[in-house]
Amino acid sequence: MTLAEGTQLVSFGVLTLTTIVAALGVVLLENIVYSAFLLGGVFISIAGMYLLLNADFVAAAQILVYVGAVNVLILFAIMLVNKREPLAPLKNAWVRQGLTALVCLGLFALLGTVAITTSWNVLPEAPVVGDTALRLGEHFFSDFLLPFELASVLLLIAMIGAIVLARREFIPDARTGDGDPNLIFRLPERPRDPVAPEPLEPISK
Amino acid sequence: MESGIDLQSSAIQLLVDLGLPSALAKVLWLPLPMALMLVVATVGVLIAVWLERKISAAVQQRYGPEYAGPLGVLQPVADGLKLLFKEDIVPDRADPWLFTIGPAIVVIPVFLSYLIVPFGQNLVVTDLGIGAFLWISLSSVTPIGLLMSGYSSNNKYALIGGLRAAAQSISYEIPLALSVLAIVMMSNSLSTIDIVNQQADHGILGWNIWRQPVGFIIFWISALAETERLPFDLPEAEEELVAGYQTEYTGMKFALFYLGSYVNLILSALLFSVFYLGGWSFPIPVNTLAAWIGVSPDVAWVQVITAAIGITMVLVKTYALVFLAILLRWTTPRVRIDQLLNLGWKFLLPVSLANLLITAGLKLAFPVAFGG
Repeated sequence: MTLAEGTQLVSFGVLTLTTIVAALGVVLLENIVYSAFLLGGVFISIAGMYLLLNADFVAAAQILVYVGAVNVLILFAIMLVNKREPLAPLKNAWVRQGLTALVCLGLFALLGTVAITTSWNVLPEAPVVGDTALRLGEHFFSDFLLPFELASVLLLIAMIGAIVLARREFIPDARTGDGDPNLIFRLPERPRDPVAPEPLEPISK
Repeated sequence: MESGIDLQSSAIQLLVDLGLPSALAKVLWLPLPMALMLVVATVGVLIAVWLERKISAAVQQRYGPEYAGPLGVLQPVADGLKLLFKEDIVPDRADPWLFTIGPAIVVIPVFLSYLIVPFGQNLVVTDLGIGAFLWISLSSVTPIGLLMSGYSSNNKYALIGGLRAAAQSISYEIPLALSVLAIVMMSNSLSTIDIVNQQADHGILGWNIWRQPVGFIIFWISALAETERLPFDLPEAEEELVAGYQTEYTGMKFALFYLGSYVNLILSALLFSVFYLGGWSFPIPVNTLAAWIGVSPDVAWVQVITAAIGITMVLVKTYALVFLAILLRWTTPRVRIDQLLNLGWKFLLPVSLANLLITAGLKLAFPVAFGG
């Protein structure tokens, strides 16, 4: 065994261990903040796995997108609504937990079977890719063009949705004292610049 | 451009000649560049702290540190020793685990980014194919550590500081990445070595700063915001938040934040000099100089001088930028948080997108000048 192979083996073991332990921590810990931080650990371990598979660009993108953006946003959301209220214990909580465990074990069995039965010897010898970013770009603009563009459309839809939600502003003071029942189900909106042909009716009366 | 001194292969060859097996020689070599980079980063921080004290004193017409060593050069060492010996306090109601891990998560990615900082053709820890991208993705890990320490301190100022730090660093990462992307597009590579070599041809005229006049300003503003320097030091705004996410920290944990922020400042300056100021290249190409005095650039002593000039050039450019950052810190007022976010999202982001688009257009139109 050469030095490189030994390093790979040890790194693989350590990464596998951290991935599994951190993922179990995400699910099993009671404190949601710990779960969120451990999720970041899971993402980083997965990025390490990508590195071991010679996918350095994907590993860096994994850290940038999942750790740097997704996980930070999750933490943001948790910390901005940081209500420490004791949750009322559920009745028959073990039924839900048992069902969840059953579904998870079933999924695990399914994936395990697939992993074992598939023959993984697709290529006799893994080709060494020099510039991974270049190869990814070539694939994105040839045989993976449609999924790539569809993903960007999906992100565009999500962004438009986020903008629409962000432009509404809930103003609780505006509703105090008026007895109009029609207004209850409408979120009062911030006054906008007249873009629409007819301006919206002022809501606060 | 494969000339220059290759310390790695020479050192391994030397060890093999001494009778060691080649695998052992490689193992012996491996930790050397990494340890050297740690030392370089730490000494760089000491110099930057001394400069900060001296320049701030000069700006305010004071003397600054004088007694520790000549001109007070040992003052940063004294600072560091003081922090080292201070009692390590964890607040009573804080979360001890997150409180301890937080500073480490802030510091580790910054030091890891030094992997890709080149001081010469072969004077780099590793020439990664994804160099610039690695830096951007690693710098996006830092906000997690800031959020962690802000949250675990169990202090409202610390929490607000952590949230501000995360918001700021996410906002400014995008213009930063887009301005780097324009450079990468001109160099056809993410590797820092290739980025420097692409600028090396015409001396000072070939540096990217002339080709990216908008890009380098965006990069500098975003880098200042990422390193939380004034005018963008909102996460630790003293008048509003005591010290932001560092409020409850003391001793070595505080020293880690302090170290991390200065290492990050120097890293940003180093990468600015790599991306826009031609890295290790001299204003007049060294090969041209060698041709003028009539020696071949492949002679051993010329190569040693070339390497020395390269390292000196990187450091000179870097510390000129650090000087600029310090001067900005002590002469500009702090922006408000809404001004900061407006600047990032409504001004820098569209401008950097337009810069990217124009660079792409120019690259198609003038492939000679813009690296076609």
